[in-house]
Parts: sequence; structure tokens; C-alpha cells
Amino acid sequence: MADADPTEPLGRVPLHDAHVALGARIVPFAGYEMPVQYRDGIIAEHGWTRDKAGLFDVSHMGQARIVAADHEAAARFLETLVPADILHLKPGQQRYTQLLNEQGGILDDLMVARPADPALDGTLILVVNAGCKEHDYRHIEALLTQGVALIRDDDRALLALQGPAAESVLSRLAPQAAEMAFMTVRPLDIGGIAANVSRSGYTGEDGYEISVAAADAARLWERLLADADVKPIGLGARDSLRLEAGLPLYGHDINQETSPVEANLTWSIQRRRREEGGFPGQVRILDEIARGPLRRRVGLLPEGRQPAREGAEIRTRDGQLVGEVTSGGFGPTVGGPIAMGYVVSEFAGIDTALDLIVRGRAVPARVVALPFTPHRYRR
Amino acid sequence: MADIFYSKEHEYIRVEGDTGTVGISPYAQEQLGDVVFVELPAAGKALTKGGEAAVVESVKAASEVYAPVSGEVIEANAALEANPATVNEDPLGAGWFLKMRIADKAELSGLMSEADYAEYVKSIS
Repeated sequence: MADADPTEPLGRVPLHDAHVALGARIVPFAGYEMPVQYRDGIIAEHGWTRDKAGLFDVSHMGQARIVAADHEAAARFLETLVPADILHLKPGQQRYTQLLNEQGGILDDLMVARPADPALDGTLILVVNAGCKEHDYRHIEALLTQGVALIRDDDRALLALQGPAAESVLSRLAPQAAEMAFMTVRPLDIGGIAANVSRSGYTGEDGYEISVAAADAARLWERLLADADVKPIGLGARDSLRLEAGLPLYGHDINQETSPVEANLTWSIQRRRREEGGFPGQVRILDEIARGPLRRRVGLLPEGRQPAREGAEIRTRDGQLVGEVTSGGFGPTVGGPIAMGYVVSEFAGIDTALDLIVRGRAVPARVVALPFTPHRYRR
Repeated sequence: MADIFYSKEHEYIRVEGDTGTVGISPYAQEQLGDVVFVELPAAGKALTKGGEAAVVESVKAASEVYAPVSGEVIEANAALEANPATVNEDPLGAGWFLKMRIADKAELSGLMSEADYAEYVKSIS
């Protein structure tokens, strides 16, 4: 599902021309022409984001709202689709969760926010994956109940500003940005541009995701890039940053077969939901929480320099097949190869010695705690 | 003087006598992006024209490097193990992959000259 139909024409994001002007290499991604890197290349862009502030165009992602009479009605509806506690989201609070199928497999992972503005009570703001959005919207629409609506915000762009300098950069244009805590949302006037901002991201760094009208995207992009601490960063570095941060990528590390418990996302299922259930696949998920899943998503650190990529078999030292790599490559901040994958739980303990099979040869690796690089969120 | 030939898959071979130095073109390294690992064959390995000679890995993906002609590996560039980025910095020089003994120099006629390759790159980019 993350891979779009190759016969469909590719979509363009509002900032397409700006990317081309910056020397971006454009590649097809999830049905869109997207910048995979700019002139500096993935390793330099990755390092810039860890040291300063990287600006990402993630306008291919799906932005939508669920709207009902009040927060309780909207939350009660969404809780029939996801395992997170939406009801107790405070105004201005954001949460990570997953759309689940009846077997407890993950249809998509998403961010859900309750707007801070009391006038918007009854609205939930969703950000879903680009490659899943059409399927997600059909899935949600098919299950809508009386008085609940899904509104697509296809006329909005989404920029992510990530890195240790993100706060100082955004605060120069909108001082209130500095006061925001991790996983909160609020409207901000960014130098005359109306934006919905969340303090979150997909890099493991502090930062913001900034939603604006598509018509304002180029102006905001230029305003942010005018800051000497900011450089444009492509999807290539976004992938290496999230891999080092231990964050799963839909269609690779999580999919319709994997449950949130197997995916090491149990933290995102709050206690009330575990006690009350009422979400798709609850039988499997609650059983996995109680007894432990058969397999788990783990971090894998290969010895030496050879990367192990998605699809590499994971075997015990005596050759027993116990799992598969779901994301793997080179971690620029780690300075070597890193991977994540699913391993039969018995072999998922930290420091377990395993082999990753790359082009027929065993690369020794060990199970390590995620993330590979510490998160630096502003709690 | 050494002659340089290119394949459609963007390998080059620099020929001196019956010895060839094989690497990837500046265009190829540019397309790959940052090289983070190179897997090289051992000396003595027999290579077949068009067969896999090495693997080059960028941050994003692994790509095969094919033998532009048949022959036997004389030496692999061990310096690339510690510094794979040399492939990006100096693809035609210090970033070479392997030296080989060319089995049949007639196979070189199936490759492109420097000028033809420059035209070819223009046509695909």
C-alpha cells in the first residue's frame, strides 16, 4: 500500500519548483515526485539536521480532520479505529497511534491532535502517510457514524523543521514557538503566515511540523530557508534520520500483518484502552500484551562496515531462520551500518548474537536497544 | 598512454597493455550519492564480461558493478574499505575498484570511447 500504483501519474507538491531550483534530485515516492536529496547529499543533510536545523517538505502526507459535535463524539468515533486514548487528549495535545484492521494489523500509523482552540472542540487533526492516505480515508469514511465527518485538507502543505536549532529559528519568526512542549499543537502566525504547528517530527530531534495553506507554502519555505541555520533536507536523509531514531516506516517496519505490540509500539496504547478494549484486533493485541508477542521489532547492529538491507534474513549463529530485516542501511551519525527487523521473541533480547544474511554471506550482528541515537525531544 | 572505455552500465576500464583498472564513472557516483561500502572480489577471481564484479552501497541502496570485459582480478583497491567515499571524491583516480588481466582485448570494442560515453550520458540525463 505504501507503494503507489506505477500506472498512475505522479502528483506534485506545491513546492516542486522550489525543490528543482535548489538542485534537488527528484524521485517517485508514494505517488509523488519528491526531493530525495539536494546538492549536499544525504550524509551532509543528515548531519546538518543533527547539528542545526533541517527543513523538509512533507506535503505528500495526508492531512485531514475528523469533525463531530464535541470532542467526546469525535474521540469515541476515532477510538473504534485506533488503540490510543483519544478521549483524554487535552486541548492542544497530540498523540501517535495506528489505524488497525480486525486482526490487529496496522493499516497505517498517524498523528492525532486535539486543537487548542475551544471554538474547534469536536475536531481531531490527522496526519497520515502519503502512500496510505487514499486507503485510510476510504477506511474511515466507510465506518463514519451519525454526526461524524471526515474532511480532507488536500489544499494544505506540510513542512518539517527539525534539529537543535529549530526552536531558535522558528522563535525568531513566532516567539510563542519556544513555549510549545513536545507533542503539542497550536496555531501560530509565522511572519504573517497562518500556520498550524505541532512540536513533533520524524528525526529523533526537537522540531516542528508546520501546516499551512498550499498557497502560502513557498513564502514560508523561503522565510525559513533565509535563516543561516536552515538548509533543505531531502527524503533520503529523512529516512536515515528516522532509522537512527528507531522510528518505524510504514510499509517496511510495520504493515497489515504486524501488530503494535510486535512493532514495539505498546507504549502508544494507553492504560484505559488496554483495560476497556474496544479497538480493532483487541483480542490479539491484548493477548500479546499479556503473554508477549511471538516476534518483536528490534534494533540490529551489524559488525564491520557492510550494510544489511530490507529483506535480509536473520539467523541464529547456528543457522536457524528467526527473522527478517525490515529497514537497514548506513547511519551517518552512528558512522556505520544499522538495521531494524523482526526477530522471534526468544532471540529478541538485548545483546543476542545473530547473523544477517547479505548476498548469501552471514554478517554478524547483535540485538541493540532502539534508538541508535538518543532522542532529543523538548519535553 | 592509457585508453579509457566505458560500459552502458557506467563502469570504466582504463587499459594499459593487457591490464585494466575498473571503476565507476563520475556520472555513476553522482547518481549513487554518498558511497558507504564497497564489496570487492579477491585477487585471482575470474570475471565474465557483464557478470558481477563488485557491489557498491550508497546510503540508500546496494548496486552491482559489472565486469566491462572478461578476465582475472589482479588486485582490489583495499583503501576503499576504510574510505569508501573516495569513490565519490575521485572516481577515475583513487576511487578505482579493481585491476584485472584482460582475457581478450577484442571485447573492448564493445565498449564506448570517452567521447561516445559523454554523448550517452547527455542522452540519458
